[in-house]
Amino acid sequence: MFPPIPNPDVSVQKPQFGPQDLVRRSASTVPPPTRQLTPVAKLIDVSKCIGCKACQAACLVWNDLREEVGENRGTYDNPEDLTPDSLTVMRFTEWINPGTDTLEWLIRKDGCMHCAEPGCLIACPAPGAIVQYSNGIVDFIHENCIGCGYCIKGCPFNIPRISRVDNTAYKCTLCSDRVAVGQGPACQKACPTQAIVFGTKDEMKAWADDRIKDLKSRGFDHAGLYDPPGVGGTHVMYVLHHADKPHIYASLPDNPRISPLVKAWKGAGKYAGMGIIALSVVAGALHYLVQGPNRVTKKDEEEAERLAEEKT
Amino acid sequence: MTDQTADPTPEVHVRVPRYSGAARINHWIVAISFSLLALSGLALFHPSLFGLTALFGGGQTARWIHPWLGIVLAFAFCGLFLRFASQNLPEHTDIVWLSRIRHALSAGGEEYLPEVGKYNAGQKFVFWSQSFLILILLVSGVCIWDRGLAYLEATIGFRISIEVMRWAAIVHATAAVTTIVVFIIHVYSAFWVRGTIDAMTRGSVTGGWGWRHHRRWLRRKVHEGDVKRSRGND
Amino acid sequence: MASLAPTFGRGAMTNSWTDIKNTDLVVIMGGNAAEAHPCGFKWVTEAKHYRGAKLIVVDPRFTRSASVADFYCPIRQGTDIAYLLGLINYCIQNDKVQWDYVKSFTNAGLLVDERFGYSDGLFTGYDEEKRDYDRTSWDYQMGPDGFALVDDTLQNPRCVWNLLKQHVSIYTPEMVERICGSPRDKFLKVCEMVAECASKTKTMTSMYALGWTQHSKGSQNIRAMAMLQLILGNIGVRGGGMNALRGHSNIQGLTDIGLMSNLIPGYLNIPTERETNLDQYMSARGFKPLRPGQTSYWQNYKKFFVSFQKAMWGDAATAENSFAYDWLPKLDVPSYDILRAFELMHMGQMNGYFCQGFNALLSFPNRRKITSALSRLKFLVVMDPLQTETARFWENHGEFNDVNTSSIQTEVFELPTTCFAEDEGSLTNSGRWLQWHWPGGTPPGEAKTDNWIMAQLYLRLKALYEKEGGPVADPILKLDWRYKDPGHPTAEELAKELNGHAVTDLADPVDAGKVQIQRGKQLPGFAALRDDGSTACGCWIYSGCFTEAGNQMARRDTRDPDETGAYGGWAWSWPANRRILYNRASADLEGRPWDETRKLMWWDGSKWAGYDIPDIAPNARPGEVMPFIMNAEGTARLFSLRGLREGPFPAHYEPFESPIVNVLAPRIRGNPAARVFKSDAAQFGDAEKFPYAATSYRLTEHFHFWTKHVQINASLQPEFFVEIGEELAQEKGIKPGGWVRVSSVRGSIRAKAVVTKRIRKLICDGKPVHIVGIPLHWGFMGEAKEGFGPNSLTPFVGDANIETPEYKAFLVNIEPITGPVA
Repeated sequence: MFPPIPNPDVSVQKPQFGPQDLVRRSASTVPPPTRQLTPVAKLIDVSKCIGCKACQAACLVWNDLREEVGENRGTYDNPEDLTPDSLTVMRFTEWINPGTDTLEWLIRKDGCMHCAEPGCLIACPAPGAIVQYSNGIVDFIHENCIGCGYCIKGCPFNIPRISRVDNTAYKCTLCSDRVAVGQGPACQKACPTQAIVFGTKDEMKAWADDRIKDLKSRGFDHAGLYDPPGVGGTHVMYVLHHADKPHIYASLPDNPRISPLVKAWKGAGKYAGMGIIALSVVAGALHYLVQGPNRVTKKDEEEAERLAEEKT
Repeated sequence: MTDQTADPTPEVHVRVPRYSGAARINHWIVAISFSLLALSGLALFHPSLFGLTALFGGGQTARWIHPWLGIVLAFAFCGLFLRFASQNLPEHTDIVWLSRIRHALSAGGEEYLPEVGKYNAGQKFVFWSQSFLILILLVSGVCIWDRGLAYLEATIGFRISIEVMRWAAIVHATAAVTTIVVFIIHVYSAFWVRGTIDAMTRGSVTGGWGWRHHRRWLRRKVHEGDVKRSRGND
Repeated sequence: MASLAPTFGRGAMTNSWTDIKNTDLVVIMGGNAAEAHPCGFKWVTEAKHYRGAKLIVVDPRFTRSASVADFYCPIRQGTDIAYLLGLINYCIQNDKVQWDYVKSFTNAGLLVDERFGYSDGLFTGYDEEKRDYDRTSWDYQMGPDGFALVDDTLQNPRCVWNLLKQHVSIYTPEMVERICGSPRDKFLKVCEMVAECASKTKTMTSMYALGWTQHSKGSQNIRAMAMLQLILGNIGVRGGGMNALRGHSNIQGLTDIGLMSNLIPGYLNIPTERETNLDQYMSARGFKPLRPGQTSYWQNYKKFFVSFQKAMWGDAATAENSFAYDWLPKLDVPSYDILRAFELMHMGQMNGYFCQGFNALLSFPNRRKITSALSRLKFLVVMDPLQTETARFWENHGEFNDVNTSSIQTEVFELPTTCFAEDEGSLTNSGRWLQWHWPGGTPPGEAKTDNWIMAQLYLRLKALYEKEGGPVADPILKLDWRYKDPGHPTAEELAKELNGHAVTDLADPVDAGKVQIQRGKQLPGFAALRDDGSTACGCWIYSGCFTEAGNQMARRDTRDPDETGAYGGWAWSWPANRRILYNRASADLEGRPWDETRKLMWWDGSKWAGYDIPDIAPNARPGEVMPFIMNAEGTARLFSLRGLREGPFPAHYEPFESPIVNVLAPRIRGNPAARVFKSDAAQFGDAEKFPYAATSYRLTEHFHFWTKHVQINASLQPEFFVEIGEELAQEKGIKPGGWVRVSSVRGSIRAKAVVTKRIRKLICDGKPVHIVGIPLHWGFMGEAKEGFGPNSLTPFVGDANIETPEYKAFLVNIEPITGPVA
């Protein structure tokens, strides 16, 4: 009834992917996997989203997390921002379209984009704390996480949050546990309007094409898919009515990429740093070999004694 | 404060006090915290060194202890700075010394160098560069310290952008590498120039060490009568 | 639904949720489906996605529904009738009428009594003293043959069509702009989009909810749209209809089962005190056809009524005692609705209150009056799964419930009940589907099902009557109580009782020698009901839900041949499993579908065939029997006779509290036919002291006052707030997220301010009108932050027909304050 995702089989299943399917592992290397999983993607159709927050609730329920009861700060955004418990939040923007002078209430579900080139993973110093499966899911492995927050600096979308309870980083897992047994993510399951759909990345792109055609027919000439190439594409994509200006959707980056600073820091930087340190050790050793120790001679002592004698 | 104990080296008849007990304790606090910082920092800097976190009981501990060690270091280094800054002010001889750095680096080359005071230009370089780098590390470190930032935001509303954090991270890493290199120079120099370590362990150096490396300083100490002489059998 | 029945014959959503996907144009007005019905709203997105349907939202606020709409038009709350009559006027003036439909299937051609008229905002027969009409002139001209006179050419000036045309002619786009504050160009754009649906192959669906009902003229709001839909030919067709979205998952069931003070199940009436015997009661309910050959299905009224009596009193209801007619209570007033009940409590004339499935303290208007009414009770019983504010009305919660506990003598009993997810039963959704559900969890603590509690109460009352006797003990003593465990009737047993069974062997009407249905068997449907006491049926419209074939409500067949959205094998829909009411109107007079691509029912030469159960006798020849079989005319009513108390046509009236006077009839305040208690009339505010037009509504994060008890929902929308536009905020110096005090004559509340571009100043009758939005989900119990509700402010007046309180339009003042006041 609702292509492309019929209700999945709910019988007990063995996980369809696991550690053997890793293509990247933070601060470590993995052997190339013997098979390539079909890349998956979650597509968030902003033009269909009514901001009901069912996805937020489903996320809390499925992950057994609870957000604290906060306060109203003059907006509908609650919680105000992503937290270690709220792995997804709705961001509401009231935008006057300058072309039509009409109000548009842009509602974007924020959360991990599951970048093909994940900045968090590149920045992570803890081996195995962040992994990427060949289906595109980027997951945090909490027992390996040390809570340093480097992932926050690495992320072009400002997504991960550090828990004050267990001092590890949290973000959307794309419900890797559900996807592994053939289910869609909890948010997708809960979405009443199919603003969130889930499937293979190719299917989702085709689905998005269909949606974009519909939006263009309604006068949204710049409707488009948000699958930013700067991070190699993402496994969470948006259909935007104004794909020419993603920033109007609560500061969605127009052209996200891993910051060159992070690349320098965790790329060449780490080798250069280690090299320089090693070089200085080697230089010291060589110097010692050539020069030998700089000893105080008997003469020196005598001179000193003489000096002291003179004085007295 | 002068060394009250008997001179253990009979060949040496002159010992010159160089560092007070307090200064030495201060130095070693800095040295220990610095080393631990370097170890924990390097563990998080390069994946191949992540194993160093085991020294601290794991990555989580290494992660939280590093910034606190940084705070300890910063405070302790302030002490050293106040103690030594005045003696590390640059002077004309430093330029001569630096211009003849080749001699300074060879074991017997000091004959060709001007007489130096308590610190030669190399030592001053270490002092000032570490002072500067530790300041940089402190500021940049706070900017990438998740918990610390949360505290600052909650208390004084201090907030920085992620872009600033990224700059802080790269600055911190660069400064850390530099400070480690300077540290290596410092340690190696102490090791290479025999008798130096005494200054930070016993608090005093032999008169010969002073004559050879810091002749102007020795002259001053002798002049001030701040040397310890002992009548040996030679 | 008090307005749909006088128009179409049945008071229910005409189509189903799943049918909305078939539409070309969705008009959300008087509701906010995305916000309050997010799950049902999926069918709107389906229609948009697969059919390219357009969505129009008309609302005082740019709502969540508006956020996904193709076009949004603002309107001042309480002026919907002017807007809708403006739309009708546009359609008539621009000949955007589905003529074949209007001529064949509506009462457009029927001639109206010469005495009937309308002037100065009033119809003929008004009595200002009684605030009521003498409705005798609101009738057709009757011919000597006993049938209403008709002019099929629509030339006669007294025909319904011409009266309507004249009635709506004042609602020009300029007048709409003046009354509603809707900019003319935006209104005209809506007109254009709506008028397109006059085409036989284009349909529009109306989705509305409490944004229309919670007004002092709520029924007429709905009727105005129902009339527009008839003019466009959109009733009985796929993707059309009047889709009344219910505020609770089972409110449709509530009205179906007659949980109203003046109804018994299946929309039968409780007799009035003037109807002292069955014959007299039935004489007013003959429902003789008004046109030749028409079905006028209510002619069967007596069958439904007698079967109900048999279900109630079984063998004790006999022909001799008029099927226990005397045991039914008789009404001395039109109804004992909640407003009247609380008025009586407030006057000290009602001393006990059983509160089952309500949170009266937060749900009913003028909270101060509610608190004072509850405080005067001798006892209050609250049956609820949650700790409601009503159960704690006596407890001081600082400013959030500032009562003097020691002065309240009401004895309060709390009976914890299971929640819907913990027991078995059926829910009737907006689209009339009875869907069976099974327990998903175990009830906590001492919680008992409502069935158990009511049965236990009954058994104890019965024992007391047996022991002590009392006046009119028979209705209790002789109640038919044949349940396996008399102390705990099961949901299945009750459902079977609603469906009905044969009390005796039922003879085949064609061959009297044969037994059609054996004694004791479940009835196949209401067609089998008889008026001689041989059938028992608790709710005739539900007959067919639990037959000999089993529990039809528990069916879960997801097949949908040709994807019409009917899903005939999923659950069971009243009446007779029909999914779209009046579906015969989906075909023209000859029985050919209006739209081949969207056909629903058609005449195959000998009978009605199609995707649904025909809403007409299967062999009723097209052109002879008209589709609106419940109406005595056989047609739908553009002119609703005496069906509604304030007039046969809707007319614009301002809310009782309005920022501007009624520009059409400046003398009239509010709805002239709405009941106002004396003490409440003094508590209406005026625009001088309370200049801002307030409205109340739900938020999607919460469900009424339930989900504030749920930690997750509480975290998603934690704190009470009010919404105002940027212009008002600037004028008043109100900061986003800052504190404000909102006050009316009846009370004041403190709230956070949400300052938004989504609410804008309107210009009505030349004056600026600012709107203040007040959501309703907060109280002083539960997980969310303590807060207030709109009922601290709202007036104690309801719809003239069903007394739904006027929650959607009232006056307030708003001022910034510095912070919480202790």
